[in-house]
Amino acid sequence: MPELSYREAVRDALATAMRKDEDVFIMGEDIAEMGGSMGVTQGLLDEFGPERVRNTPISEIGIVGAGIGAAMQGMRPVVEIMYEDFLTLSAEQIVNQAAKHRYMSGGQLKVPLTIRTQGGAGWSPGAQHAQQLEAWFVHIPGLKVVFPSTPTDVRGLLYSAIYEDNPVIFFEHRTLYGLKEEMPEELEPIPLGRARVLREGEDVTVVATGRLVHEALDAAKHVEEQGVSVEVVDPRTLQPLDEEMIVESVKKTTRCVVAHEAVTRMGFGAEVAAVVQHDAFDWLDAPIERVGARFTPIPFAPVMEEYVVPHAKDVVAAIQRTVARDVD
Amino acid sequence: MHAPESRLAHVAKVERKGSVSGELLREFFREMLLIRRFEEKVEERFRAGELPGFLHVAIGQEAVAVGVCRALEEGDVIASTHRAHGHTLAKGTHPNELMAELYGKLEGCSHGYGGSMHLYDVERGNLGANAVVGGGLPAIVGAALAFKFRDEPRVAVAFFGDGATNIGTFHEALNLAQLWNVPAVFVCENNHWAESTPAKQHMPIEDMTKRAEAFGMESMKVDGQSAGKVYEAAVKAVEHARSGRGPVFLVAETYRLTGHYIGDPQVYRPKEELEHLRETEDPIDKLRAELGLSDEEFEELDQEVTELVEGSVEFAKNGTDPKPDDALKNVYA
Repeated sequence: MPELSYREAVRDALATAMRKDEDVFIMGEDIAEMGGSMGVTQGLLDEFGPERVRNTPISEIGIVGAGIGAAMQGMRPVVEIMYEDFLTLSAEQIVNQAAKHRYMSGGQLKVPLTIRTQGGAGWSPGAQHAQQLEAWFVHIPGLKVVFPSTPTDVRGLLYSAIYEDNPVIFFEHRTLYGLKEEMPEELEPIPLGRARVLREGEDVTVVATGRLVHEALDAAKHVEEQGVSVEVVDPRTLQPLDEEMIVESVKKTTRCVVAHEAVTRMGFGAEVAAVVQHDAFDWLDAPIERVGARFTPIPFAPVMEEYVVPHAKDVVAAIQRTVARDVD
Repeated sequence: MHAPESRLAHVAKVERKGSVSGELLREFFREMLLIRRFEEKVEERFRAGELPGFLHVAIGQEAVAVGVCRALEEGDVIASTHRAHGHTLAKGTHPNELMAELYGKLEGCSHGYGGSMHLYDVERGNLGANAVVGGGLPAIVGAALAFKFRDEPRVAVAFFGDGATNIGTFHEALNLAQLWNVPAVFVCENNHWAESTPAKQHMPIEDMTKRAEAFGMESMKVDGQSAGKVYEAAVKAVEHARSGRGPVFLVAETYRLTGHYIGDPQVYRPKEELEHLRETEDPIDKLRAELGLSDEEFEELDQEVTELVEGSVEFAKNGTDPKPDDALKNVYA
């Protein structure tokens, strides 16, 4: 089995879809000769040419809108937004147009558009290149939101996103691009809307997304030495959310920590916590703990950046809070 | 410097569609009168409290809708604005389906999910009216890009007003369209008002074709109160785009002979100006004179379209109300 990095896995999903289907094309800023700001699309220009690997001006609202128009004609465009912070520039087209054409037309239209983007802290790019904005988009009916954390998942989910008939905002985490994993030669699509248990455990469920999945796995190893068994669940698709798998896991472990890199307050984790407390209320042995960034913009100085966003130790502390409340 | 009109001098005159016969003008007239009577009825029913929502009529701008849409072929697509009734009728939606939409009925062209500002009729190439000013332009570039990818001889047309030329989507869309040489036509209905704000307060230029010049895009300016002239210009613009020579910016100088919305007291606009424009710039009066229609001929046409409009109200009122929980449908494909 070949070993692919998260970056190569994204590229493989794009190339596989483009080889199979003339209706798939990609466009974005610096994605052609340069191969994208993160090197994800390197080599695709040579294979598919400049029409289908379309270098665009710095024009986020224009290229997302053009993607919408091409998608409504039945193509399957993949638009790359270089940094997810710049989704804010295209937000009008995503929120008012892509998400609503099907609805406003009474079902006449489909918008099979994928918007790939990446972000996150860890490299000290400062406040405008390191946010995690997935919570903005899970709140919009009509959009699907995907945020894979492993090479296998990013490949299988991106492929499915391209073939999804609804607009998908596809988040990648910058610090994961180098992560490697063995996977089958042949791409295996992963359906949207299904969570994944990355580690089984008995005492606490950590529902984590993006980089925090790996922080949660580290935390799980750490507390295992203290005799606490942790289950790590990655929703992978944030909208629609696989509530069933999350709730089943919490019913088994009776404790829940929700962990993401985005700010805790009003975050995606709040929704997960609400679902869990409602559907697994009688099973819970401790209040649900949330782990996320502090309520500040992402600062520049590495020591401050490190402080603001969560790490494994924060997940460990949250796990410990849930088990410390255990009365038996 | 060439005058804007002369820039397309090299465009071959399209014999089949380019010249406007009296018979064609008469068809235009009937269609414009239908739009006028339809919108007058919409105003009346809104004031009677029958129509929910925000309603914007395009009284005074009928010649642009008809002139442009008649220059299109089957398979061509449009994106419209919040002032969309005229474009929608001109693109072929039956008045019954349009009126039913305004009444929020399932038989409506958007099945009750859209309303006046979100009129769709995909089968007839209407990709939707857009209630975000400038919101429909980028998707028209994308539709045109799809036509180019697939080597289909189709054209995508965006309608928008002068106010929209100040927003980012306009500039990004025109830039992309020209850069990618896609078959798109951008029809600016310059009615000189962005809601209540006059052009001199929202544009630092008078000649709107300069907007297109910035992108190296072909541009044309036409008297938007003349259906025949709009049609001739639109035929040239559409042919230019269809033949692969790139997008065109078409400015139609027109007048909004009413308020921004139904019920707008227009405190920002001198009454005399409006009265003067109604007397001198009504496209229906102008075409009626051009055609030399007798009172009898006019009455006959008027009666026919008025009956159609009355019928549309009947159709709409007898339409099916959505069930409240129909609201849960069509969120996802």
